[in-house]
Amino acid sequence: MNKHETGRHRGLGGRDLALILGTGLLAAGAVTFWHHSRQPRPPVPPDSAPGRTSRQGRYGDYAVSGRSVTINRPRGEVYAFWRDFSNLSRFMSNVAAVKTEGDLTTWTIAAPAGRTVTVRTRIVSERENEEIVWRSVEGSDIDTEGKVSFRDAPGGRGTEVEAVIAYVPPVGRLGQMIAKLFGREPRIQGRHELKRLKMLMETGEVATSRNRVTD
Amino acid sequence: MRALTYHGTHDVRVDTVPDPQIVNPRDAVIEVTATAICGSDLHLYDGVIPGVMRGDILGHEFMGRVVETGRESTLKKGQRVVVPFTISCGKCFHCMKQQYSACDNSNPAEKQDLTEPLYGEALSGLFGYSQLTGGYPGGQAEYVRVPFSDVGPIVIPDGPSDEEVLFLSDILPTGWMAAENCDIEEGDTVAVWGCGPVGLFAVQSALLMGAHQVIAIDHYPNRLDLARKLGAKVIDYRRTHVLEAVREMTGGIGPDAVIDAVGMESHGFQPDNAMDTVKQKIGIGADRGHVLREAIMAVRKGGRVSMPGVYGGFLDKFPTGAFMEKGLQWRTGQTHVQKYTHDLLRRIQEGEIDTTFLISHRLPLEEAPRGYRNFHSNQDEWTKVVLTPGS
Repeated sequence: MNKHETGRHRGLGGRDLALILGTGLLAAGAVTFWHHSRQPRPPVPPDSAPGRTSRQGRYGDYAVSGRSVTINRPRGEVYAFWRDFSNLSRFMSNVAAVKTEGDLTTWTIAAPAGRTVTVRTRIVSERENEEIVWRSVEGSDIDTEGKVSFRDAPGGRGTEVEAVIAYVPPVGRLGQMIAKLFGREPRIQGRHELKRLKMLMETGEVATSRNRVTD
Repeated sequence: MRALTYHGTHDVRVDTVPDPQIVNPRDAVIEVTATAICGSDLHLYDGVIPGVMRGDILGHEFMGRVVETGRESTLKKGQRVVVPFTISCGKCFHCMKQQYSACDNSNPAEKQDLTEPLYGEALSGLFGYSQLTGGYPGGQAEYVRVPFSDVGPIVIPDGPSDEEVLFLSDILPTGWMAAENCDIEEGDTVAVWGCGPVGLFAVQSALLMGAHQVIAIDHYPNRLDLARKLGAKVIDYRRTHVLEAVREMTGGIGPDAVIDAVGMESHGFQPDNAMDTVKQKIGIGADRGHVLREAIMAVRKGGRVSMPGVYGGFLDKFPTGAFMEKGLQWRTGQTHVQKYTHDLLRRIQEGEIDTTFLISHRLPLEEAPRGYRNFHSNQDEWTKVVLTPGS
C-alpha cells in the first residue's frame, strides 16, 4: 500500500471496488489461459479452404496471393486464350510486353517513373486444358512462381479459373519499387486482372467508362 | 456538346464538354431527345453520395436517336431507342438469369474496389450515378455513349411519343418490379410507402396485377391526389396513425404485401463511416429508416416486403424479431430493367399503361439546374421533370 493511500483513511469507494474486481477477473482469466495453454490440444484437422485464405500470410520466404473467377465460356477456349501469353497484356494492366522464346518467357512490367521490371519465367509443368505452372529463372528481377488452373464449373456455368502467385518480397531500392507494384495490393491487382479476363472472354471487350478513345 | 454536370452540393451546371465517341465494339452513341431528373438524382444533388466528381455528367433516364454504332452493335443509325439505366453485358451468369442489375461485366474492374468491401460484390454499371457504379457519363446531355448497345436499348416503333415511353428507362420497370416482388394474389391488399414516381408506378402496377386494394402513404397533398386518381386509397401520415389505419383498412389482418418506395440512399456508401453517418443523422434521417421498420410492423404474418427504395449503407434498430417471428419474405434490388422493357412497351402501346400523368414540368436542358432546384425543394408540385436537349 503506498503512502498516498494510507494517508487518506477512507473506506472502499466504488472506483476501488471496480479496480479490485477488474484485477480479480484479469487474474482469473490469466490463470484460465495458463491452464488451457498447458493442456495438450487435440490436433485440428485442416479445413477445406484454399491455403491462401489462411490467416497466416507467408509461407517461408514467399508471400502468396490468389483469386478465382468463373468464366461463362468452355474450358478449352479459356485455356487456349491464357496459354497464348501474348494475350495476357490485354487484361494485365502492368504487363507492357510478353516475349516467348522456346519455354522461356520474358515479361516486361511497367513500373513507376517510366521504369520497367523484367521477369523471366519457365513453364515447369503444364496439362492441357487443366493447369499451367511457371517459375522464375536466373536473371529474373523477381523470384516468383505461379499456377493457373482450369476446371469445369458446376451446372454448366463455364470454367473456374484459379490463379495463385507466390513471390519473395524483394529488398533494396529495386525491391521497394517492386513491392509497390506487387506488394501493396496484390489481391486487388489479381482481382482486377481476372475480372478483365472474364469481361474479355464473356463479352469480347473490357468495360470502361471512358467517353472518348483518347481519354 | 452541352451536358448537366456536377460541381458540388446543390451546384449543378450545364457545361460544354467533349462529345462522346465509340470506345468499345459493342458501343453506340445516342443523340438524346428526352431525359428526366430522377428522385435518386437528388441524393447526388444533396452531395450525400461519395464518389461523385466535379464535372461528372448526371442523368440515368434518357432516350434518343442512334447516331453512331460500334462494329458489334446491333442498332442502326436513326433508330429511336430508350436506354435502361442499368448497363448489362447480356452474357454473364447473372444476365443469363435476367438479373441484369447484377451484371458481372459492366462495372469497370478498377471501379469495383469500393463496392466489394462494402457489399461483398460489385453490381452492374449505371449511367450517371457516381464512380461507385462505374463512373459512366450520364444522360442529361446532348449525346451519350451507350456500352453493350446490343443488349440494353429497346427500339421504339413509330407511334408512341417520347414522353409516353421515356420512363421505360427506369421508374416504370422499377415500380412494376416492386409490385411483382409482392407476389400478388386474389384479395390482397398492398400498402405503398412513398408516392414519388416509383411509388405511384408501383400503385398502378399492383392494381394491374389484380390487387384487391392498394393503400398509398405520403404527406404531399398533390402526390396523394395522383395516387387516388390511379385508384388507390390514401393515408396522409401527418394526419393519421399509419399502423392502426392499415390494420383497420384490412379487416384487422394487415396488408398482405408492403412496398418501401422511399429508401435511405443518403445514409452512406463508405464502410468505415456508414455506421457513423447513420448514427449522426438519426435525428434527421430517422423518418426514412422509419419507413422500412413501419412497413415490417404493418405487414401481416407470412406477408411480403418489397423494397424498391434505394439503400446504400447500414440500418440500425432493424426489427429482426418481427421479421423472423412473423415469417416474412423480403425481395429487393436495383431493377433488372431489360427484363421488363418489352412487356411494358407493349402495355403502353395497347393503352393499358399511361405514364404521362406524372410529368409536371418540361424544361430545355439548359434550364436543368432550375429543374433540380425545384424538384428538390417543391416536391408537392414538381412530381417529374422532363428535359429536352437542343431546345
